[in-house]
Amino acid sequence: MSKRRVVITGLGMVSPLGNTVASSWDGIKAGRSGISTIDTFDVSAFSVKFGGQIRDFDVSQYIAPKEAKKMDPFIHYGMAAGIQAFEDAGIEVTEENAERIGVHMGAGIGGVDTISRQHKILLENGPRRISPFFVPSAIINMTSGNLSIKYGLKGPNLAMVTACATGTHAIGDAARLIMYGDADVMIAGGSEQAANPLGLAGFAAARALSTRNDEPERASRPWDRDRDGFVLADGAGAVVLEEYEHARARGATIYAEVLGFGMSGDAYHMTLPAKGGEGAARCMKNALRDAGLNPEDIDYVNAHGTSTPAGDLAETDAVKSVFGDHAYKLAVSSTKSMTGHALGAAGALETIFTALALHEGVLPPTINLDNPDEGCDLDYVPNEARQADIRYALNNSFGFGGTNGTLVLGKV
Amino acid sequence: MSSIEERVKKIVVEQLGVEEDQVTPDASFVDDLGADSLDTVELVMALEEEFDCEIPDEEAENIQTLGQAVAYIEEHCEK
Repeated sequence: MSKRRVVITGLGMVSPLGNTVASSWDGIKAGRSGISTIDTFDVSAFSVKFGGQIRDFDVSQYIAPKEAKKMDPFIHYGMAAGIQAFEDAGIEVTEENAERIGVHMGAGIGGVDTISRQHKILLENGPRRISPFFVPSAIINMTSGNLSIKYGLKGPNLAMVTACATGTHAIGDAARLIMYGDADVMIAGGSEQAANPLGLAGFAAARALSTRNDEPERASRPWDRDRDGFVLADGAGAVVLEEYEHARARGATIYAEVLGFGMSGDAYHMTLPAKGGEGAARCMKNALRDAGLNPEDIDYVNAHGTSTPAGDLAETDAVKSVFGDHAYKLAVSSTKSMTGHALGAAGALETIFTALALHEGVLPPTINLDNPDEGCDLDYVPNEARQADIRYALNNSFGFGGTNGTLVLGKV
Repeated sequence: MSSIEERVKKIVVEQLGVEEDQVTPDASFVDDLGADSLDTVELVMALEEEFDCEIPDEEAENIQTLGQAVAYIEEHCEK
């Protein structure tokens, strides 16, 4: 039996570049940075004072204020992206199809800001002052739960938690559910709001972040010799995945097809990538095998490319080991150079950018790439977007814990 | 200084996201004002904070309307 085909028919996004897909994608094509000094809390005591913040976001556009106050901001962003994507797809939920539609929205960190606020109340005012909504406002699967409730979606209701690979794994896993027949339509992706005091302090303590405080918009510079860590960002991305014949029957707009999904584990270190990008390479190979494609078929890789010294080099090595000579013919770029790294949302943002790259024939640039580092010698689409008629593309995401995910998307 | 009823009504409006004229003395928080069980827990917590008193769970279960809340507070909280 051949597997059912899965296509992307809806897109939704909240990012440091804009609170819609269109505004964010315009930012990408213009090579604009969404990074700035953090002004939502006092950062004077922090070693890192900037990030990718969400600006002018009006939650009441998506959720009634009474409901919104029962949700951490990561759920607000995830709901907004999910709602945008579902409205974009234009699927009507009926009694007949409700059980065939599901949700798979994850997060890497989840409600850390809510947890830290409630913990303060616990210490200062005692256990009786803890909100009855504390737990359901903070736990990671509540973006999926709330979207399911909002639309009456009675199919699979899941949430992925694989750090910075969450969004990619969620979309890959949701596509498999449709291929396997558990659902015909899935809302999938990830969201994050970790640029809050505890989140920023934690990632700064792990020495994972750039400290280029005087030039925030220049801080995320994948493969550049002066890169010094990633830039923490907030945001959410969601796609509507749909079985191909289901989408065709209703005349849906198809942005791209999900052709393959690969996973692997580094089994190496909590935060560092395996030597030579060995785990990342196996992940890409698994995805290509799943898609039934050869390395030479791939035109574009939307890299994990976080702007860390070790990670960028390992991913470049991994691309070389998977693609051989073809590594120098394909384009590899990091949209994190513009959005920063939105952790559990990153893979979803980047799946959307990859789908649009295929759909519109545009290669997103890697900005701030002034002096490629030694060993970083691929075509990273430096600083300016390019027109290119591409057919097949990869999206890579790698997370703490040595967890890797790669999606293969194709033009339809 | 606002009356107890005005202060309670303000909290109900804020907590349940309803209009002030909906909050009549006999309107049920759950049946008429759309609250669920966790909303009523949070509402009672807000009342405890406003009137600086502790409302035991078994008493809180009987506070289902504005009138009942005002009566309880007049008797137990406000000296």
